[in-house]
Amino acid sequence: MTEINWTELIILAGLFLIVAGLGFVAANWRRPATMHHLDEWGLGGRSFGGWVTWFLIGGDLYTAYTFVAVPALLFATGAVGFFAVPYTVMTYPIAFLALIRLWSVSHRHGFVTPADFVRARFGSPTLALLIAITGIVATMPYIALQLIGIEAVLKAIGLTGDSFVAKHLPLIIAFGILAAYTYQSGLRAPALIAFVKDTLIYIVIIVAVLWLPHALGGWGAIFDAANEKFTAAKRGSLLLPAGSHLQYITLALGSALALFLYPHSVTGVLASKNRDIIKRNMAALPAYSLLLGLIALLGFMAIAAKGQGVAPIVTDGKPDGNTVIPVLFDRMFPSWFAGIAYGAIGIGALVPAAIMSIAAANLFTRNIYVEYLNKDSTHAQQAQVSKVVSLVVKFGALLVILFIDPQFSIDLQLIGGVIILQTLPAVAIGLFTRWFHRSGLIAGWVVGMAGGLGMLYTIPNPVTKREHFGGSAFALSKLGLDTKLTIYTGFIAVALNLIVAVIATLIARAAKVPDGPDATAPSDYYADEGDPKIA
Amino acid sequence: MDPRYSARVADDPVHPPAARSDHSPWNLLLLVPILIPLLTFLYDGVEPRLFGFPRFYWLQLAFIGLGIVCTAVVYRLTKRKRGVPVATARDTRGARP
Repeated sequence: MTEINWTELIILAGLFLIVAGLGFVAANWRRPATMHHLDEWGLGGRSFGGWVTWFLIGGDLYTAYTFVAVPALLFATGAVGFFAVPYTVMTYPIAFLALIRLWSVSHRHGFVTPADFVRARFGSPTLALLIAITGIVATMPYIALQLIGIEAVLKAIGLTGDSFVAKHLPLIIAFGILAAYTYQSGLRAPALIAFVKDTLIYIVIIVAVLWLPHALGGWGAIFDAANEKFTAAKRGSLLLPAGSHLQYITLALGSALALFLYPHSVTGVLASKNRDIIKRNMAALPAYSLLLGLIALLGFMAIAAKGQGVAPIVTDGKPDGNTVIPVLFDRMFPSWFAGIAYGAIGIGALVPAAIMSIAAANLFTRNIYVEYLNKDSTHAQQAQVSKVVSLVVKFGALLVILFIDPQFSIDLQLIGGVIILQTLPAVAIGLFTRWFHRSGLIAGWVVGMAGGLGMLYTIPNPVTKREHFGGSAFALSKLGLDTKLTIYTGFIAVALNLIVAVIATLIARAAKVPDGPDATAPSDYYADEGDPKIA
Repeated sequence: MDPRYSARVADDPVHPPAARSDHSPWNLLLLVPILIPLLTFLYDGVEPRLFGFPRFYWLQLAFIGLGIVCTAVVYRLTKRKRGVPVATARDTRGARP
């Protein structure tokens, strides 16, 4: 067993306590007249300005898991892991026009979730339920993955206790406190904590990318070391391997399309005060992409720092790739700075975990509880249900991490990206056109979902020797095409979804199947702050 | 129900005022940072290096700048000339610090 690094642990714990305090105080920040309303608890009063929104959405989208897993991917495979950069370049211009329309129509109608919008737009409770369930299922493993980010840090500190309780106690305490202040303060808690999280992350990364290349012989040497490692290991490469180009760009584009379909992204967007703030943030949020790009390259720095003893920590005979970045900080920096870096990662896990659990809870409340269980619920009841469900969601994520192989969460998150894309026709395209028939959208969803899951099931992973769910790169040769090219599974699945939705819509119209009513008016999509709301 | 959420419903003129639109030829600029990263032949190479970075890495990082410029330009040029009257906006939110 490794020694516990007390300096790192004390700094991490100290930072954690500070943000926990902030989390509880947040209930009084921009204090609302009442917290017993979903708009207040779940959307921070729909009142956040430019800066708060920037920190909130940035803290929400660029999660601790991203910061740990993306460099780990570059460490292991090289260039293909860099897809995160084009992905986050494309996502903002793609979302730009859609999000302002979503904000406006939600402002007019009081929508809290993407499924609320679908319910009103297509007049179909069934379709809305499918959208809500897709959102919840895609979000849950994402929350669990945040815990993996914290665990990687705890391992690097040396907190790898022998008994089950000793091993997991810090994680349980951290999540317990997170659950308590999210319950009390709602979206205000992560919004306030995001300031601390992102400030820490920016400081840590700026220091790291200035100091580490200096210590490791310059950027050229870092890339050369990575190249040598990949060539020697015959795994990974500095440039894209043959046949992977289509996969690279479809994965980037598919992920970019999926990002703002995730319910927690929508929560962050709807919490902003007006359209202008969203537009401005679409131009300002890529600052985080630059940060992510630099963080990704930490993976290569970890390769170059092999001589300094940087390697993934091995537990139970398996090297844990996610620990490589925490170990890099441990070896290359004084303990106090590594402690701050760990604090940044740890807190970086709490912000998205809080927002995701709020988003999942809002979906349950609005699209299952209100729709099916208590149609006449008051605003206070809805807020209370959401608060309780947010606890259940976090507790569930914790159980999954404690009792099920973490690989399960990673698989689910991979699946999550593919399935959330299946809400694209109803949510994203639905914002621009009402052409689709509700039954067409349902049929498309079913086929896209089945196709996507079916393809993922057939993908093996030669490195981990797994036969199913081994990755998202689908070999086109399986479709009978004579090629070595692979393509992102989500991309084919959503294409199938759209084709079926179009055909089924044409059939439904020809057969005069009754369509649902559209409760929104064209002008609703241009409404702005100060425009009247429909009760 | 909390009066803050229904206060303005009474004077709802059915639809928001003024013909509005998000249409603008400038929106086409948004396509640039979406399409350029799809062209792998632009960046899938080592030379020329920049500060030791192979082209694959520095050029894709530079795309971030391209994205910022294009989105920022569209934002500036499509900003609504006549914004929301500030007084109305404040009214609906009630007193806030």
